[in-house]
Amino acid sequence: MTDDPATILTAYKPDLTKARISKRYAAEKRFRMYGLSAIGVAVLVLAILLITIAGTGYSAFQQTHIAIDVNFDKESIDPQGTNDPGVLAEANYRGIARQSIRHAFPEVTGRRDQRNLFRLFSGEIDFQVRNMVLDDPSIIGTTQRVWLKAAADIDMLTKGFIDRSLPEGDRRVNDQSLTWYDKLDRDDRVKKRFNTTFFTTADSREPEQAGILGAVVGSALTLLVTLVLVFPIGVAAAVYLEEFAPHNKWTDIIEVNINNLAAVPSIVFGLLGLAVFLNFFGLPRSAPLVGGMVLGLMTLPTIIIAGRSALKAVPPSIREAALGIGASRMQTVTHHVLPLAMPGMLTGTIIGMAQALGETAPLLMIGMVAFIVDVPGGITDAATVLPVQIFLWADAPERAFVERTSAAIMVLLAFLIAMNLAAILLRKKFERRW
Amino acid sequence: MNTAILIIALLALTAFAYRTGKNRALSTVKGDGHLLHSLPSYHGMYVALWCLFPAIVIVFAWLIFETTIINGILVSSLTVEQQALSPSQVELLLNEIRNIAGAGVQGGQLDDAKLRLAEQYSSLKNTSTAAQIVLVIAAGAVGLALARTHIAARFRSRHRVEKMVMAVLVICSAIAILTTIGIVLSLLFEAWRFFTKVPLTEFLFGIQWSPQTALRADQVGSTGAFGAVPIFAGTMLITLIAMIVAVPIGLMSAIYMAEYSTPKFRGIVKPIVEILAGIPTVVYGFFAALTVGPAIRGWGEGLGLTVASESALAAGVVMGIMIIPFVSSLSDDVINAVPQSLRDGAYAMGATKSETIRQVIIPAALPGIVGSILLAVSRAIGETMIVVMAAGLAANLTANPLSAVTTVTVQIVTLLVGDQEFDSAKTLAAFALGLVLFVVTLCLNVIALTVVKKYREKYD
Repeated sequence: MTDDPATILTAYKPDLTKARISKRYAAEKRFRMYGLSAIGVAVLVLAILLITIAGTGYSAFQQTHIAIDVNFDKESIDPQGTNDPGVLAEANYRGIARQSIRHAFPEVTGRRDQRNLFRLFSGEIDFQVRNMVLDDPSIIGTTQRVWLKAAADIDMLTKGFIDRSLPEGDRRVNDQSLTWYDKLDRDDRVKKRFNTTFFTTADSREPEQAGILGAVVGSALTLLVTLVLVFPIGVAAAVYLEEFAPHNKWTDIIEVNINNLAAVPSIVFGLLGLAVFLNFFGLPRSAPLVGGMVLGLMTLPTIIIAGRSALKAVPPSIREAALGIGASRMQTVTHHVLPLAMPGMLTGTIIGMAQALGETAPLLMIGMVAFIVDVPGGITDAATVLPVQIFLWADAPERAFVERTSAAIMVLLAFLIAMNLAAILLRKKFERRW
Repeated sequence: MNTAILIIALLALTAFAYRTGKNRALSTVKGDGHLLHSLPSYHGMYVALWCLFPAIVIVFAWLIFETTIINGILVSSLTVEQQALSPSQVELLLNEIRNIAGAGVQGGQLDDAKLRLAEQYSSLKNTSTAAQIVLVIAAGAVGLALARTHIAARFRSRHRVEKMVMAVLVICSAIAILTTIGIVLSLLFEAWRFFTKVPLTEFLFGIQWSPQTALRADQVGSTGAFGAVPIFAGTMLITLIAMIVAVPIGLMSAIYMAEYSTPKFRGIVKPIVEILAGIPTVVYGFFAALTVGPAIRGWGEGLGLTVASESALAAGVVMGIMIIPFVSSLSDDVINAVPQSLRDGAYAMGATKSETIRQVIIPAALPGIVGSILLAVSRAIGETMIVVMAAGLAANLTANPLSAVTTVTVQIVTLLVGDQEFDSAKTLAAFALGLVLFVVTLCLNVIALTVVKKYREKYD
């Protein structure tokens, strides 16, 4: 009987179980690894995204300048010596700047060559020279070493984004300009300085003159409209739905409606703005007023939902106590419940505003995608906003706009981080356990 | 500017009304507040609200109707030939007149008729502003005076004020409904105009999409074709790719965070993953166009494949990354809602953790997980900026993720950014696509929210 295979199998059974257990444990470990690696992938992708943006964008905070000895010639700026700002502002600074550049390169004589030479510099240098004179008229008649702003292509060359080994035809800087540039570089006359233009001007076709101030102001105006519109309405709606509304069909519909509205694609709100605000009411295109209204409708559900959960967090004992000493329901809410729920509502509002700040698609629909070179002065002026500016620059072919796009993204992310931090701090500060 | 002054004046009037009401109430009882039914401040508020409401109604009426009425008067004073122009040309003419009026008179090339119209426009505008200011202040003053006569010792002003505030609250909560109605009506109206030009069946089942219609009658070769099937297919392809990326990563990280991780690890990692949801979509679009697109193209060509520079894969992968936090945080909530007793039961039977998850928790949480995935799908379908920046414009009917496809949102943006002629089938097509988008996402959301709600109730 001992040779019976069944008996032998029975004898080996414990080993089989062990094998199965170790297999199950291996599966356990694998499963755990899948989970961990999923998190790893998500975090890694986030890191790659941020590093790519920062890596392409950091260089935009610097701008190449070239030192030229500018002769602030009295004869051509202010021959009468009036020192009158009106006269000073009208002088031919382009001529002065060009004269000084020619002076630095006496060997360049042909008209075409000289034109190429001027192309090393930004088209804006006459304003730069003019502003120096207007700031300090006493420099008239002297020769000063001025750091003139370089053209975008030269800026790219300095930052190493133009490959010198390419054949001349494929390069944005030709051989002649390269020789001039190298000469300037040898003389220590090329320097990267902090790019103030980027923070003080609006959009421009020339990368070295383009800045984000117009877009930042546009975003601020738009968000202001959104906030003024949506905060009172959101709070009022949340208070009504949470504190006063009877439970009937109507309030059910409103509730379902708000939940669904929160999930409607943002571009649909843009279509609504186009059809209703622009075509039906005839409000101005590209204006922060309309942008703010569209974003307001878009963020309203977020703010109502956040407001309701803030109100829900206030314990009923507060209400009962107020009602118990004779306050009306409205007094209970306005004097006791609302102040206690306010930090939560503000947190929700800030998060809603951050969402509105990053939104692009609906604004494209209402024409905020226009090319606008002025900083907007009011809510009915044509304006653009930071994300749309990023979108516009991302489309531009010049390498100099690539780094500016990334830099604008960094500014946008900085604003978003600041807003979210404010929300977190607010929540931490006023968080209460009842 | 004038509006700002008007609003400040109105606020000043309101403040005055508040004081008047309060003082009046106190003076009716000779300073003895106990004799009043309501607190003096309620009497003040009563008068102030009656001063403010009529005035605000007039301000809004002006905002809405001013432009239309002025334009109407201007158009009626145009010459007969000018009135016969097409609406868009009349609009252009009016714009020109407004510009002349705004910039002041300059340049000699302007003809007299336009100058005269510009003058008329400025005078109309001035009259309108003056009339607005007078009417608003008058309305405020009348409201104030009328409300003031009501005040008496037994006047129940608190009840009145509370009723008015309640009315405001109700109106504010109705705005959400109004928004939905506005969306539905505007989409339906414009889409209906589109379907009078292009039959619904062609739109839904046609496989040719080239929305360039002829500008002139004699133009050749651009009759326009509005078969949206390639667009729907492209949207589905990109959404599918996004889900292939987002669902496994999102779900596995949710499972890890809910079942395995220590509270400390979870406290650090969960906010980091959720940063992905806070990054503006335009940033993802730039990332897709600048980094992911060229990278995929490089790899593909390394393997000898032809990859379009705006491939569906690049847009889909980046969209999937964006959606990871939606899937993970929703699934995380759902998994956490599974009762501990189910886990304990499985452990007591000797199951390992992963066996418990796979055979007990996931089946129990499945409706909720499906709901969260549906929400993520609706998010992906409606996502605009990533596809606008990284997907193509050409409506190719293909299932190859390496070729360029277009989506509903891309087409809406392309059709509506730029020229604005509001009676061409081209711009109206955008609203028809918008309607499809709205209906599809709405259905997905309703289904998802119902499923999740049902699921929650099951374990509550």
